[in-house]
Amino acid sequence: MSSFLLGITIFITLLTAASLYRVAVGKTIFDRIIAAGLVGTNGFILLTLIGFIFKRIDMFVDLAIAYALLNFVIVIVLGKYFDRKTESS
Amino acid sequence: MLAQTIVAIILIVGGAFFLTVSSLGLLRLPDFYARTHAVGKSETLGAILTLSGLAVYNGWELSTFKILFILLFVLIANPTATHAISRAALRTGLQPWTRKKKPDSGASSPDK
Repeated sequence: MSSFLLGITIFITLLTAASLYRVAVGKTIFDRIIAAGLVGTNGFILLTLIGFIFKRIDMFVDLAIAYALLNFVIVIVLGKYFDRKTESS
Repeated sequence: MLAQTIVAIILIVGGAFFLTVSSLGLLRLPDFYARTHAVGKSETLGAILTLSGLAVYNGWELSTFKILFILLFVLIANPTATHAISRAALRTGLQPWTRKKKPDSGASSPDK
């Protein structure tokens, strides 16, 4: 089971690295924002998996909760910011 | 092998499949509004399946309830965030992709 979780972790890491292409070269700024949100979501899934691999799940799940809350706040705030900036100009 | 472990492996493999679909959709779909489809739905389902598989594998502990809290939060927050971003894009004036227009030729994108 531990090697299975390690394989899944490496696979999701490769998916996240592929999604960083859209963060780097996304045509509009909103593409970059939703790609960054996807990288954050994959990030706390990876944190939970790493907690199971290291057998320290009681510590890593708290970090995953913090990452999930921060990811949601970051996406909402970036949406409000770019909306208002283009509306006023 | 325990039945609990088998159920957990099935759920985690399903979640990894939907995360693959989400990343492929983010990379391959033609414009922003189609990419929100990949991020808003496939990513949420992949995260829910993976985290529920990990919760099943963990058993009845305090960490399981924290994982279930993350699961419920993702279920509410991820579509909300995607909807907020797509609403901001629509108010900014980004035009949806149609068959006659080239992809990513949005009218007034602030990235240029």
